[in-house]
Amino acid sequence: MSTSTKPDASGSANQNTRRSTVNRLSAENVTLAYDQRVIAEQLSVEIPDNSFTVIVGPNACGKSTLLRALSRMLKPSQGRVLLDGQVIQSMPAKKVARTLGLLPQSSIAPDGITVADLVGRGRYPHQGILRQWSAEDERVVQESMAQTGVAELADRYVDELSGGQRQRVWIAMALAQQTPLLLLDEPTTYLDIQHQIDVLDLCAELHETQGRTLVAVLHDLNHAARYATHLVALRGGRVIAEGAPNDIVTAELVEEVFGLRCQIIDDPETGTPLVVPAARKARLTAAS
Amino acid sequence: MKTLSRSRAVRTPGGLSLRLDVRALIVVVLLLAAALAAGVALIGTGDAKIPASDVLETLAGNGTAYQDFIVNELRLPRVLVGLLVGASLGLGGALFQAVSRNPLGSPDVLGLSQGSTAGALVVIVLMSGSATQVTVGALIGGLVTGLAIYLLAWKQGVHGYRLVLVGIGVSAIVTAVNGYLLTKADLVDAARAVVWMTGSLNGRDWEQVWPLLWLCAVLVPLVLAGARGLRMMEMGDDVANALGVRVQRVRLVLMVCAVLLTATATAAAGPVSFVALTAPQLARRLTRSPGPNLVPSLCMGATLLVTADWASQRAFGADQLPVGVVTGVLGGGYLLWLLVTERRAGRI
Repeated sequence: MSTSTKPDASGSANQNTRRSTVNRLSAENVTLAYDQRVIAEQLSVEIPDNSFTVIVGPNACGKSTLLRALSRMLKPSQGRVLLDGQVIQSMPAKKVARTLGLLPQSSIAPDGITVADLVGRGRYPHQGILRQWSAEDERVVQESMAQTGVAELADRYVDELSGGQRQRVWIAMALAQQTPLLLLDEPTTYLDIQHQIDVLDLCAELHETQGRTLVAVLHDLNHAARYATHLVALRGGRVIAEGAPNDIVTAELVEEVFGLRCQIIDDPETGTPLVVPAARKARLTAAS
Repeated sequence: MKTLSRSRAVRTPGGLSLRLDVRALIVVVLLLAAALAAGVALIGTGDAKIPASDVLETLAGNGTAYQDFIVNELRLPRVLVGLLVGASLGLGGALFQAVSRNPLGSPDVLGLSQGSTAGALVVIVLMSGSATQVTVGALIGGLVTGLAIYLLAWKQGVHGYRLVLVGIGVSAIVTAVNGYLLTKADLVDAARAVVWMTGSLNGRDWEQVWPLLWLCAVLVPLVLAGARGLRMMEMGDDVANALGVRVQRVRLVLMVCAVLLTATATAAAGPVSFVALTAPQLARRLTRSPGPNLVPSLCMGATLLVTADWASQRAFGADQLPVGVVTGVLGGGYLLWLLVTERRAGRI
C-alpha cells in the first residue's frame, strides 16, 4: 500500500509546491512515435504525486500515446520517462509493475475465468515460482474485490458480467497489483452514463481514501473537470495547459484545444467548470 | 475467508506457496495413467501377444530372453517414441494456440507439418535417402518453415490473426511444392512418401528415442518456466506488460521451443495429423480451467497418440494402418462430440 500522505485539496495554492518537489513519475522531452509516425515531440509532463491527473484532448492528440509512454509500453525515440528518478526502461519489469499499474483499453478476459481468478492475476508481480499464492495474495485479492464492490461476484464468470461490472473487475485486478501509481486508459469508454459515473466515483475514492496517484485519459471534458485534481490538456502532441481544472478551464482554452466555441459555467453540483457548447446557430454565425 | 474457486494453495511456514488447480491435477494424473496403460497394452499387442502382467514383469527386468527382446528392443522404443511425439505435439500445439490466442494457430494449420513433409519429400524423392536422412530433412524443413512464418508474421510482435493468415499462406505454398514433388516421384518412393506423410510409428527404435528424450528434457522445463508469463499474456500484451511480463522475450523463447518441439516430433513420426490441434482443446475442456493448460495438453497429446496407435493395431493388425489416420478420426471425432455436448450444456 502507498505510504504517501493523503492528498491536499487541489487548488492553485498547491501549484508551486508541486512544481518545486520531485515527482515520482515524469516524462522529460520525450519524442513519441509509432514506426515513422511522430505523435509528439519534446513533450514534458509531470504527474504530481497524490494527484488525480486527467489527460484530455481531441482525438489523435497523443493522450493515449503519452499514457503508454508513461507506463513503458512505448519506448520514447528521444527523451526519457522517469519513475522514482530512474529511467523506466532500465528498471526490472516486475519492479516497475509493483510501483506503477496500468489498465489498458485492450484487455481480454480469458474464456471461462472467474472474477476472483482474474483479480488474482494482478498479484503476478509479487509472485515467483516458489511463491505462487501466499496468504497475503489472498487477503489483497479479497480486499481489492471489496473496494470495487465485486466481492459478491467472486465466483461468477467474467463473460457473464455487464460492461460496468467487468470494468470494476479489471480495476480490481489493477488494485491487487498494489501500486502507488495507477494509470487508466479511457476507463469509461463503452459504458453507460451511470456506469461511467460509477467508475469515476470509484477512482475518486481510491485517490482520496488511499492516497494513490491516479492518471486517467478521459474523453469527456466535463467528467475530467469534475473529477481531476490536475488536468493536462493536449493538442497535437503539445501540452496546451495544465493545472487545477478551476484554474485552467476557460472558454478560450476549450476553443484552442478542441476548436469548439462554448460557455463555461459552474457545475451546479460541484462548482467545477462545466463546458456548455455554443448553440449551432451561434457557432455558424461566428464561423462566417 | 472464502477460498478462491477451484485452486488450492499449499503453503509452508518458510514462505513457500504453491497454487494447485485440483481439477487440472486430477486430469493430468488420469491422463498419465491412461497413457501408461495404453503403452503397456500396446507393448503386448502384435503378432506375439504378451499379457499386461508379463509386460510389466519384463519391463522390471524379470522376463524371459524372448520376451525381453520383443518388449525392450522391439516394442518399448516404439511406445516411447509415441509418448514423446504425442507429448511434444500436445505441448507445441498448446504453445502455438496460446501465443496466437487462436485455436487455429496450430502447427497443423500454420504449415509447419507441411514444411517438415517438404523436407522429408525432398530427401525421399530427389535423393532416395535413408530413414535417418529423411528425419534430418524433415527436421530442417520444419525449422525453416517455422523461421519463415515467424519472420513474415513479425511486425511489432506476432499478432494472432496475422500469424494464422501468414501460416495458411505458407502452408498453401508448401503443399503445392509437396504435390509437385510427389508427381515427380516413382512408385516406390511415392508409396514410402505417403506412409511418411500420414504419420507412423512403425519400426521406431532407440535411435529415435534418445534425441526426443533429450530435447524434451531441455525444452519442457524451459517452457514451464515461461508458462506463468504466458498465462498473463492471455489477457492481452498490454495487460501482461503492465504486470511485469517481458512479453516479447517470453513470446520469442516460447515460439522457438514450440517450433523445435513440433519439428522434432514430426521428424520422428511424420506429420501425425490433428494431435497438436486437438490435444490442447481437449485438455482445456477436461480441466475447464483458463490459461494455456500446458501440462494437461502435453499429457493429452501423449495419451491420444499412444491410444490411437494401440487402437489401429487392435483393429487392423500390426503395422497395417499408420497412426496418423487414427489420430485424425479419433481426435477429430472426440473434439466434435465435446463441442456438441458443450453447446447443449450452454458452454462453448
